[in-house]
Amino acid sequence: MTSESDHIVAGVAARIFADFADPQTINRDKGGAWKVPFWRALSDAGLPLAWVPEQLGGSGATLADGLAVLSVAGRFAVAMPLAETMMAGWLLARAGLKAPDGTMTIAPARPLDRIILGRDGILTGRVCGVPFASDAQHIAVLAEGESGTAVALVATKDCRIDQGKTPAGDASDVVTFDHVKPLRHALALAGFDQTALMLMGSVIRSVQSAGTLEAILSLSVAYANERVAFERPIGKFQAVQQNLARLAGEVAAALAVSGSAADTLAQHDAFDDATFLEAASAKIRCSEAATESAGIAHQVFGAIGFTQEHVLHRFTLRLLAWRDDFGNESYWAAELGKYVARLGADEFWPLVASR
Amino acid sequence: MSTNLQFDQIRLPRECEILRQDVRTFLADEIANGTFDPHRPGHGDSHDRAFSKRIGAKGWIGMTWPKKYGGHERSFLERYVVTEEFRVANAPVRLHFVADRQSGPILLKYAPEHIKANILPRICRGELCFVIGMSEPGSGSDLFAARTKATKVDKGWRINGSKIWTSNAHVADYMLGLFRTSSPTKENRRHGLTQFLVDMKTPGITVNPIYQMTGQHDFNEVVFEDALVPDDHVMGEIDGAWKQATSELAYERSGPERFLETFYVMLELIRALGPEPDIRSAEGLGRLVAQLHALRRMSVSVAGMLQAGKEPVVEGSIVKDLGTIWEQKLPHRVRELTAFLAPEIGNRATLEEQLAFATTVAPKLTIQGGTTEILRGIIARGLGLR
Repeated sequence: MTSESDHIVAGVAARIFADFADPQTINRDKGGAWKVPFWRALSDAGLPLAWVPEQLGGSGATLADGLAVLSVAGRFAVAMPLAETMMAGWLLARAGLKAPDGTMTIAPARPLDRIILGRDGILTGRVCGVPFASDAQHIAVLAEGESGTAVALVATKDCRIDQGKTPAGDASDVVTFDHVKPLRHALALAGFDQTALMLMGSVIRSVQSAGTLEAILSLSVAYANERVAFERPIGKFQAVQQNLARLAGEVAAALAVSGSAADTLAQHDAFDDATFLEAASAKIRCSEAATESAGIAHQVFGAIGFTQEHVLHRFTLRLLAWRDDFGNESYWAAELGKYVARLGADEFWPLVASR
Repeated sequence: MSTNLQFDQIRLPRECEILRQDVRTFLADEIANGTFDPHRPGHGDSHDRAFSKRIGAKGWIGMTWPKKYGGHERSFLERYVVTEEFRVANAPVRLHFVADRQSGPILLKYAPEHIKANILPRICRGELCFVIGMSEPGSGSDLFAARTKATKVDKGWRINGSKIWTSNAHVADYMLGLFRTSSPTKENRRHGLTQFLVDMKTPGITVNPIYQMTGQHDFNEVVFEDALVPDDHVMGEIDGAWKQATSELAYERSGPERFLETFYVMLELIRALGPEPDIRSAEGLGRLVAQLHALRRMSVSVAGMLQAGKEPVVEGSIVKDLGTIWEQKLPHRVRELTAFLAPEIGNRATLEEQLAFATTVAPKLTIQGGTTEILRGIIARGLGLR
């Protein structure tokens, strides 16, 4: 359920994105000059630290508010670590740590990577695919320590960064913590662990993906109605209509399942079995939708959609890249399958029906 | 026309969960008494009159209809829970299901008062079976090509022609049929069809069986030879059925029966895999779980939006498009995922019997009640492409 405040916060976000991150403008701006004023506007509105309580330096927005912002962000698919900074602030708050200003990211960003917090308060570990690590000033780290799961704030410059790129060209780096001393660290709230972090990341990526899919559907339908071939708009051909109807189906599934997962988190902010089913399903289904939809959209656009000049790749490539963050669809499907197998056939339908 | 799709986040309210427990207890008792075997879909009598009467007595037919017609004035979400629990249990509901889902709502809207008062309470008691008479040998998806004629005579209409693929016709008490009362006009090829209520005992009606490739008898050909239907059996506007045909479709298209038709093979897969499946089977199962959850959340959402008075026509069509393709592929996917199982697994015989049945049923799922192609045309229209 969307509340009144969702609309207000998401409305503020939508105006900032429209004013500072218009896809056509960004696409022509090779130097990235749009980034500074855009980030300033986001910061002035308190969005990067939306999920940080006021006493820890943030704006204390609800999970629902923040997820509504990320749905808007998905529709613009910008190459800036807004989702990552929000998630990092949220992670720091799981251990009562204050959040710094500026850009942040999260590590680990893959379920099988591990970071260790030694008894001496020193971090070690090597993690892959950390989004925007080379662009972020700080990294919020989840680490396993002797006394339990801990959260730490690290300056990026204290880590070794081996740069990598997603298909969209965004930084996705290997971060090595070679005896790194964090700026601050503390034990996480009881029950919080790396699985919970991955589930949160999966809901975030699913909500962003659904927003991006909405944009792709809207762009594709508009193009099919404009582009004339064989003396008709291509959208008048049944073969094209069938493809766009399939695209709409994928977008619908992604919207419904990501919305459901977001609603679940917003309603009960706990990483229990219900959240696991919802979040894992959302990541699986949205990733599958990404694969299908990117293919259909490019097919509709033909050659023009394959150019750097056209904005389509900004959406499709980022959508495809997000599949790999916080556990891809194969990983979560195996986890979900193992869970359901343990649960057994007789308990399976009651689980589905409980949502 | 818009590309904005909407799925409100609907959660079933508490009264639904109380009802669900009630339904599960009822079904468990019926299974214990031998009314049906949940593990053997396609076996036994799918039109069980005595069972439908017991369901009616529980108040689970015509649940959303006004009390004065025997209904129970409950919500569409409550009806949703009953439908999904019956479907998951493979309970035989063919006798009353069409009347409950489609025919009753049409009567409520268009039938004269005395017909409503006569027929609707009997539907609610589980006493009446309805058949839909739309397709003809020369017209299927293209409904408006129907040629079976209703000719005006003194005090009524005389029907001649035939309807085909009519599920239930051999046991049905009534048909809601679409008949040609005028020729189409140049401006509107949909003009000229009228919806009629037809008592299947009317002289001049012959029902000929058409056996399906599953071996079951469900389809029929219904032949009309001067069958006389009284004036008060006209449902709605003469020549104007095209205006009436579309409004209820969102209900018909988005219910749990549109993705749970072969669900039993998924349960049997979980039994076959056991508590510790290999990684390949686990991943395969997990993907099926994610799809099922997504479909159900979409379907519940459409039910909730309809309850709230919205008209999610495109969203409803999408549920049927995605749902029927999923349930059609499901037996094939289960077959692949059980390829490496040991020969001695306990439920092999049940699994193989179910897979054989589901595989033969699967082709019809994307044809009945609006083909995939027709649905995608509707979706494309909703997107603003036609």
